[in-house]
Amino acid sequence: MSAGDHTPVDGNAGTFLSVRNLSVEFQSEGMPLRAINGVDFDLHLGETLCFLGESGSGKTVTMRSLVQLLPPTARIGGKVWLDGIDVLTLDADRLRAIRGTQVSMIFQEPMTALDPVFTVGHQIAEVVVCHEGVSWSTGRARALEMLELVQVPSARRRLDAYPHELSGGLRQRVMIALALSCKPKLLLADEPTTALDATVQIQILLLLRELQRELGMATIFVTHDLGVACEISDRVAVMYAGRFVETGAMAEVIDGPRHPYTIGLLNSTVHAGSERGKLAPIPGAPPDLLDMPPGCAFAPRCSRVVAACAERVPDLVEVAPGRSARCPRTGDPGISLPGPTPPGFPLPRE
Amino acid sequence: MNATPAPVDPPGTVATDAAAGGRPILRVSELRKYFRLRGGSGGVGPAYVQAVDDISFTVAKGETLGVVGESGCGKSTTARLLMRLIEPDDGEILLDGRDVGGRDGMSLRTLRHNVQMVFQDSYSSLNPRHTMAEEVGFGLTAQGVKRAEARRRANEVLEFVGLEPAIFADRYPHELSGGQRQRVNVARALALNPRLLLLDEAVSSLDKSVEAQVLNLLIEIKERLGLTYVFISHDLNVVRFISDRVLVMYLGKVVEIGPVEKVYGNPGHPYTRALIASRLSMDPRRRLDAAPVAGDLPSPINPPSGCRFRTRCPIAEPVCGSREPLLDRFGAEPAHLAACHALVPGSGHGQAPDREAGSALETGGNPP
Repeated sequence: MSAGDHTPVDGNAGTFLSVRNLSVEFQSEGMPLRAINGVDFDLHLGETLCFLGESGSGKTVTMRSLVQLLPPTARIGGKVWLDGIDVLTLDADRLRAIRGTQVSMIFQEPMTALDPVFTVGHQIAEVVVCHEGVSWSTGRARALEMLELVQVPSARRRLDAYPHELSGGLRQRVMIALALSCKPKLLLADEPTTALDATVQIQILLLLRELQRELGMATIFVTHDLGVACEISDRVAVMYAGRFVETGAMAEVIDGPRHPYTIGLLNSTVHAGSERGKLAPIPGAPPDLLDMPPGCAFAPRCSRVVAACAERVPDLVEVAPGRSARCPRTGDPGISLPGPTPPGFPLPRE
Repeated sequence: MNATPAPVDPPGTVATDAAAGGRPILRVSELRKYFRLRGGSGGVGPAYVQAVDDISFTVAKGETLGVVGESGCGKSTTARLLMRLIEPDDGEILLDGRDVGGRDGMSLRTLRHNVQMVFQDSYSSLNPRHTMAEEVGFGLTAQGVKRAEARRRANEVLEFVGLEPAIFADRYPHELSGGQRQRVNVARALALNPRLLLLDEAVSSLDKSVEAQVLNLLIEIKERLGLTYVFISHDLNVVRFISDRVLVMYLGKVVEIGPVEKVYGNPGHPYTRALIASRLSMDPRRRLDAAPVAGDLPSPINPPSGCRFRTRCPIAEPVCGSREPLLDRFGAEPAHLAACHALVPGSGHGQAPDREAGSALETGGNPP
């Protein structure tokens, strides 16, 4: 919970973002819905943390709550320190001042995130004019500089293009240029390559990696795709039903997952070496957030469940330096090994 | 099992497709579909999206043909053409050697009795006002089966895809999870006892843990019922996992087709090579450090002349713009075809093999 180091562009600086006991509750007509519950993490400049999880796991809500980009029905609890600023206590004006300058976000679908009635040059310039109080011609010059930075071909001509005139890959590059135009120190990326084709996805991932190295930002990357997470992140936090269930260095988690959900996710992902007959899916489906099981949320689908799992939510405990898992059996022998593949294909029942 | 088995096959061939191995159930020749755009191209005459342009392939009985390609390559249009949800502009689709319509052709009803489709969006492809039993039995009643019999069959098929009828038969789509809904879509397709299933991105919108359940279900069903699949997906790993042969499309054209291990292990077309190389490694220590191919897909409205991939191709030469490459045998495997000038002796491409090497492979056509 350090106040953060103000020296920018230095991967060794102190903790830039510190999150403690973050929770988000949506007030709906009936019961309040707990979307996330007790999330803690720290992030340094120059580091990429990935939230990996399936739909409804709370990864996007967690990310958006960091800059309070949630509908008014959301109640955010806990603490978020960004470079020493207590973000959750800021009023609307001060929030607007840090959004775009300290923290920026890129979204999954660039066509809906960009404004269809303004040229992309105008949209980027507008951000710079608003935040830095410079003239429109300076803003436009910065826009050109940014389009060149994100490797848009014929950047000068593209300044005057409307979003619909660009291909999906170029639109996503424009969105990255827009997000980086005021040199933020924290970049939030919400599935930025999910809507892209395979040959374009890898171009954007490489671009983001290169930009992060150049600019030294801290990055949080939300994805459901294990391949994307491996390609981009230093550390990973696996999310399930609104909680971190496992965290650690990306390579270590892939090599030796310690939570049964992570193990199940690895076993059910079709990868380049998958052979027919070797997929071991997780049975069932994620729980309804309005009707959560009493203990561990994964217990109803878990093959290693014990009585303790139903009693209380297990704590996220450190299992090795920099590694933690939320499972009472994580220390058991064999827990770090991928589960055995069932013979044949029994039809899984719902 | 149901009351209207419009006999489509000569006796003795029904339900033995898997055993019949090799003989085509489906033969597609020179299939073409252009969509006319409103408002024209801004230039002379109307503009067309060349969604599917002159493609030919066969599907053997009992196999799974994977179809891969990026958005706009025509893979979904192809599926809709096969199902006759849209009419082709040109070309021929023969199911068991018979055309649809015309004097000797089969009726649409017979076609749909034999060919069924599963769509990507499990929610929008189910009628929100049908219970699951009504939804699954709907096709049967449309084919003239009595309501009670349709209901019985619906329960049987729901059970078959792993949904307990006592729990699920009277539920509505919004009461089911995404994975359960996709099982219902599969059940609905199976209710008519089809022989060929078209799976258009059938697992793409599912979470990974559920995707694996549905993939296993599809494999199990195919083995038990001896079905033939056309499996369309943008996910290269899933296609490799499930397919026997794979067909690669780019901007409305087939650029490569062949046995899955040949196409993935020894891709001939530069686009296939780029696509395969774009797969992510799932290992943070073996990250890609250069993009296999630059740029985006061009618009299918006015596709590049000659080879449609030439604008992004690392080995494009003038010949690629002036002449369209044809599908031709590539490598030692006769069933492995690719459409690239650089593979054809005497094509005029600088990287083309010389004629001696070419004759050793007995490459056929595509004269210079």
